[in-house]
Amino acid sequence: MALEGEKKRWPAAAGLSAMTRRGALTRLGRLFLAAVAVGAALADYGRRGRALAATAIRPPGALPEPEFLAACVRCGLCVRDCPYDTLRLAEMGEPVPVGTPFFLARDIPCEMCEDIPCVKACPTGALDPALTDIKAADMGLAVFVGVDRCYSFNGVGACRACFIACPVKGEAITMELLVKDGRSVFLPTVHAESCTGCGKCEKDCITEEASIKVLPRRLAQTDTGLAGRHG
Amino acid sequence: MDKIVPAPFGKWLILRRLCQFGILALFLASPWLGVWLLKGNLASSLVLERLPLTDPFIALQSLAAGHDLAATAVLGALIVAGFYLLVGGRAYCAWVCPINPVTDAAAALRRAFGLRATWKLRRQTRYWIAAAVVVASAVTGTIAWEVINPITMLHRGLVFGMGAAWVVVLAIFLFDLFAAKHGWCGHLCPVGAFYGVLGSASLLRVSAVRRDACTHCGDCFHICPEPQVINPALYGGASGVSPVITDRDCINCGRCLDVCGEDVFQFTTRFGAGHAPSSKQKNERANQK
Repeated sequence: MALEGEKKRWPAAAGLSAMTRRGALTRLGRLFLAAVAVGAALADYGRRGRALAATAIRPPGALPEPEFLAACVRCGLCVRDCPYDTLRLAEMGEPVPVGTPFFLARDIPCEMCEDIPCVKACPTGALDPALTDIKAADMGLAVFVGVDRCYSFNGVGACRACFIACPVKGEAITMELLVKDGRSVFLPTVHAESCTGCGKCEKDCITEEASIKVLPRRLAQTDTGLAGRHG
Repeated sequence: MDKIVPAPFGKWLILRRLCQFGILALFLASPWLGVWLLKGNLASSLVLERLPLTDPFIALQSLAAGHDLAATAVLGALIVAGFYLLVGGRAYCAWVCPINPVTDAAAALRRAFGLRATWKLRRQTRYWIAAAVVVASAVTGTIAWEVINPITMLHRGLVFGMGAAWVVVLAIFLFDLFAAKHGWCGHLCPVGAFYGVLGSASLLRVSAVRRDACTHCGDCFHICPEPQVINPALYGGASGVSPVITDRDCINCGRCLDVCGEDVFQFTTRFGAGHAPSSKQKNERANQK
């Protein structure tokens, strides 16, 4: 390759000196405004991106949703350590903040492992390591929605699939005897203080659309303080 | 100047692709092999079930959002930050980031088809975006960039399931191809900006060791994704500027080493002037003259 006689001035060098000549303050101001705009757009998008489908249940020990979104780095280590493939990360387009872990109880419920591997896997504390007893987990709350469908409540059969499925046996769900239209029926009754929201009842419910569903507690339970005030 | 010459492959480009795809392969292969070489994703991971790694920029946003980050993530972030303090912050961009092959492909197509039209963006914009991201995290109480971050979105997509994330990747590819040359990685990405600041004092650097041999052919400027970093090191000899490229924007990709016909560039420490040319190189030079 032939050597050229003298150095050329390269466009990059010319551009640099031209830029320094231009009003540095105007440039900074414009950049600052752009940054503010980006930040505001991001904040707004993020706020809307917080929408969480009612059927999407967070893993055991998950911090309350606002704190969870400050803590979860969306790494999927909880997903990897879940032995039942219950957990998965939300893909873009799903009604769950993208990349965050959740499960759908009707598909694969939480099996309530005693050693809680998902919480142990979490590097950030988004799944609170203070949760050491899985029966103290609060993923959600099972809600009876089968007034017109539940076999047991409508006296069609002696189904008690939800009662049998419940891992907090005899505490979180009881079958309460009622007299309905002159007949004795059993109403699956959820006890909020014992239910962990694992979703095994929803999974095993035999009606086509589950007659008992796990919902996040913020949706499923009204202010417990109110009952106290009336009491 | 306008002649279209396809950039040659080179050792460093091949090594870089091996590194990028190797890391991805380790994440993907672990479930099949039944041995967790790498578990998690680029946001946070475990090496061999032991060593925690966490993206320090994500950790910073989490702290800004007001979360009391658990020790594992703090340790992981410190390990990663320490590593890039040594090898150059933006080595992440060139050697790890899965968006790099995407934007490199756009840049290669730009070169191949001689696409020159470009939206003039400012190189500093990314630093403001990075600052805005941290502020947005603090204001909203969320890890703000992760709702949109194409890096983790692509990587998570490949490892855990893509969903509609390919739209974001395609958007960046088209943006770089048609809207702005080196638009995303070179001007906008706050993750790269963060790693740039992190590694501004890093040890491993590219140096124009043999700048006296430069023929001003322009190959390095043509291929470099951050050509503004080359100028002072390559042409600052007369004014006593060190040949070491110390600009935080340099991504340590080594493409200049690959394309330079005169072997001007070498990887060195920031203090060293680099090795003396090998005897073989000396002989070649002598033969050329």
